[in-house]
Amino acid sequence: MAQVTLDSVRKIYPNGVEAVTPASFQIKDGEFVVLVGPSGCGKSTLLRMIAGLEDITEGALCIGENVVNTLDPADRDIAMVFQNYALYPHMTVRKNIAYGLKNRKTPKDVIAQKVDEAAKMLNLTDYLDRKPAQLSGGQRQRVAMGRAIVRDPALFLFDEPLSNLDAKLRNQMRIEIKALQRRLGVTSIYVTHDQVEAMTMADRIIVLNGGRIEQIGTPSEIYHNPASTFVASFMGAPPMNLVAAEMQDGRLSFAGLELPLASSLRGPVTLGLRPEDLIIDSHGPLAMEVELIEELGAHRLLHGQVDGQRLTVHLAKEEQVALGPLRLSCRVQNLCLFHPETGARMEGGFAFNLAQTRQEERV
Amino acid sequence: MADISLSAATPVVPRRRFRWSTVVDHAILITGALIMFLPLLILVQTASTPDVETMKYGPGLYFGDQLDDNFRKALFEASGFSGENTGLAMFKNSMILGLGFAFGKIIIGMMAAYAIVYFRLRFATFAFWLIFTTLLLPLEVRILPSYEITQKLGLLNSYTGLIVPLIASATATFFFRQFFRSVPEELVEAARIDGAGPVKFFIDILVPLSQTMIAAMFIIMFVYGWNQYLWPTMVTTEEGMYTLVRGIKQIVQVLQGGNEIPEYGRANVLAIIAVLPPVAIVIFFQSWFVKGLTESDK
Repeated sequence: MAQVTLDSVRKIYPNGVEAVTPASFQIKDGEFVVLVGPSGCGKSTLLRMIAGLEDITEGALCIGENVVNTLDPADRDIAMVFQNYALYPHMTVRKNIAYGLKNRKTPKDVIAQKVDEAAKMLNLTDYLDRKPAQLSGGQRQRVAMGRAIVRDPALFLFDEPLSNLDAKLRNQMRIEIKALQRRLGVTSIYVTHDQVEAMTMADRIIVLNGGRIEQIGTPSEIYHNPASTFVASFMGAPPMNLVAAEMQDGRLSFAGLELPLASSLRGPVTLGLRPEDLIIDSHGPLAMEVELIEELGAHRLLHGQVDGQRLTVHLAKEEQVALGPLRLSCRVQNLCLFHPETGARMEGGFAFNLAQTRQEERV
Repeated sequence: MADISLSAATPVVPRRRFRWSTVVDHAILITGALIMFLPLLILVQTASTPDVETMKYGPGLYFGDQLDDNFRKALFEASGFSGENTGLAMFKNSMILGLGFAFGKIIIGMMAAYAIVYFRLRFATFAFWLIFTTLLLPLEVRILPSYEITQKLGLLNSYTGLIVPLIASATATFFFRQFFRSVPEELVEAARIDGAGPVKFFIDILVPLSQTMIAAMFIIMFVYGWNQYLWPTMVTTEEGMYTLVRGIKQIVQVLQGGNEIPEYGRANVLAIIAVLPPVAIVIFFQSWFVKGLTESDK
């Protein structure tokens, strides 16, 4: 159990590429933090620096009270689960799980007891004498977890542990990992490119893009108050609709939508609308041309155009829709405005003059 | 109805079709096998025939009754002057040379490859290519300086002198390097987090993973060492240090100079004995070979 503190941790590779720009954040004891971002965003590099598998170019990394920049991975009191499991193929499951303890000169009876405990916890008791090659993907993943938990580390590190599993198993393992982490209460850092994993598992999410931290927040904060167009479009499936709109004289206008806005902004802005905040409304201000309907069982997604800009609408299954023209209105509380060029969020908590909007009445 | 369904249920065994191409294939293979086998047959024939008959008629068509006698002579009687180079003693020397050669080359090749692949050494690639280019310099090229060094170190007529000057192996280093590079990076990292240092990682993980590679190298290197002729001829002058391959030659040679008939039978028995261990090793390790190819467990 420990908290992890990064103070301007930076990574520059010998070829001059800056993989991680100075990153500072703190992870509380027992917290489950997910690093998420597209491939090449530096999330794995950051994790590997915390693990000690990559050198830290600048900055300080603390696990617990101590700066561990120069410590060997083995001495950092961490355990890591790898994407391809990295089990030792020539050892049985039992030996795989026990190897880390054996290297730390743990007495034999303690090892046996801990391995049994971990195996019971992970439903691996019947497989202890098998080799990794004789196990399914999910079982191998559990062995990798077992190898991590027998050591009682201060910190768990997960490097995309579920991306080699099929979709069904992934959902199941996601729940298992989360439940296990809750039960053990070990601080965890989890790297993934899958925003669903990030949203469902994290206590807090750190969104990375191009080696830079875009936003840190709880899943709900990230979803409802994205700090940039990147976060807005990366988190959430389907992603937030981002359309070009115009601010003038305290009014925001997009297609037929006119919103009075207590803001001194003027000029073009990027307007962010979550697909589920758009609602069918025969008197609505937005005219949409529906081009495609995605049937997802519990709900439907409409894809189409409004004023020449692509838009996706999330609909409950009860609503009847057809291809062709449709009128929409939107729930304005959740609108986001972004800078049209930098993509940064504008006016964090700007206030709509809700009383004056006609959409208000409909919500 | 019942009849029909029954007859339909019996599986129809398709008759093997007769193909001329198959016959031709087999004919070629059988001929090839016979040609390969013939020298061995002559070897056995000569070994079982009295030397006088071999001298008179050359290799014959019938097996004689001297195999047992020749075998005893070959194994337990010494040729030469000192009486030390019995077949058994030479067999022992050859075994030591072959095994020492194989194990030495494997150990040194593995360790060199380990250093090149896993450690951040300056000029590691350069060092590797330097090692690799020595493949272009076989023993024969450097045999005089090698001999001189061995002689000056006082290693003539010793097992150390037989084995050590030839023990560095570019081939083994190369194969192990290629193999190590194919071992997933995560395995190294997992071991590091599990607290295994470089030595532990090598012994606990890399060596067991390389089993099949080691077996393959063992076959190649043992046979290579066993069949060495030139180097043992130069380094061993005492008969007690002779290897089998060297000893066969000596039996025929020494006696040809005198008035006696060369002991063809005895020499050929030695030749048979010299052939057996490499064959046995290939047969024994072959199953490992196949296992390594089919059960990839990296």
